[in-house]
Amino acid sequence: MKLLRILVTIFATLVAVSPAPTLAGEGDRTPKPVIEIANPGKCVAPPEEMRRNHMEMLKHQRDRSLRQGIRGEPASLNACIECHASKKTGSVLGKGDFCESCHSYAAVKLDCWDCHQPKAGFKATGVKP
Amino acid sequence: MTAPQTPDSNPRRAFIAAAGAGVAGLGFTVIAPGLHLMAVGEANAAEARKAGTAASPAVRWGLLIDANKCAPGCTKCIDACHTENGVSEKLPDPRQNSQWIRKIELVDKRNGRVTQLPMMCQHCAEPPCVDVCPTGASMKRADGIVLVDRHTCIGCRYCMMACPYKARSFVHAPLTQQNPEVPRGQGCVESCTLCVHRVDKGQQPACVESCPEGAMVFGDLNDPASDIAKRIASVPTTQVRADLRLNQGVRYQGL
Repeated sequence: MKLLRILVTIFATLVAVSPAPTLAGEGDRTPKPVIEIANPGKCVAPPEEMRRNHMEMLKHQRDRSLRQGIRGEPASLNACIECHASKKTGSVLGKGDFCESCHSYAAVKLDCWDCHQPKAGFKATGVKP
Repeated sequence: MTAPQTPDSNPRRAFIAAAGAGVAGLGFTVIAPGLHLMAVGEANAAEARKAGTAASPAVRWGLLIDANKCAPGCTKCIDACHTENGVSEKLPDPRQNSQWIRKIELVDKRNGRVTQLPMMCQHCAEPPCVDVCPTGASMKRADGIVLVDRHTCIGCRYCMMACPYKARSFVHAPLTQQNPEVPRGQGCVESCTLCVHRVDKGQQPACVESCPEGAMVFGDLNDPASDIAKRIASVPTTQVRADLRLNQGVRYQGL
């Protein structure tokens, strides 16, 4: 019982002296995500809301567009890349580009661009069969 | 001194307003009383659906293909489809390439008569691909267009087995050349979408627009005033494998 009391005391002391958690990226050792907006302008929602909810907005919109056929919604992946595709690569997926930058920082896999075109103003070509 | 008139109480004004409202609904613009600007040459084009409105079940999009007009050796519809939908991959095994639309040649062995026709997703009213889909990815939109929701498609290819027309393809390799309006990617099944992105804008599917013989008519099967409904009402048309009673949206003439 005495041992347990000692252990609890040591643990409490450790918790008390440890510094408050800092945001990753505040120090120099961790690289921060680069957020460059190629065509700054008015987004469909304020940045705080976009950062938290862009995936939800796109998810609900995609179901309405595809399954119900509702077009012209404010949240649209193609509209995202019109402003956010970098001027250098024309894409949102190049190293340090808008989507790639934060997603690699947060280690969240991006599935959207397996099917969707990540380049702004891209013109598809077909081939003869 | 007369009592002030409300706009409606003036019969002449009311008449002009009513006339204006009437012609506005028909696609005319009134330049001046008695002088109307009419839209000409757009009679066949479907009207673009307003932003924010869902596809209507009152509409059923369909396609009528005249096999007699389909020229041998012509692949314009296939080229146009593949350009519009960004189908550009050439895989080592050509059997794995996606085919959204293909040309079929029928030969009557008794007399040698050759019939050409393009074959694609028939946009059935009772689609077997939708019945068998284990995730609900294969779906029919309210206006009769059968689509694959790639967000939920797991690539099991059960729908490819179920389709009597071999209309669906599986994407075997990663893609990078997609049309921004036509997302498609590895691991999903795909097929003709009736150019849903164009139809929603009030345009015709790419194959219909490209056909030099005018062999394809696109329109609303439910609208008796549409070209396609009038043609179907006046000439004999067939649904391929009508015995399956799937009520296809794609009809053929001259088979």
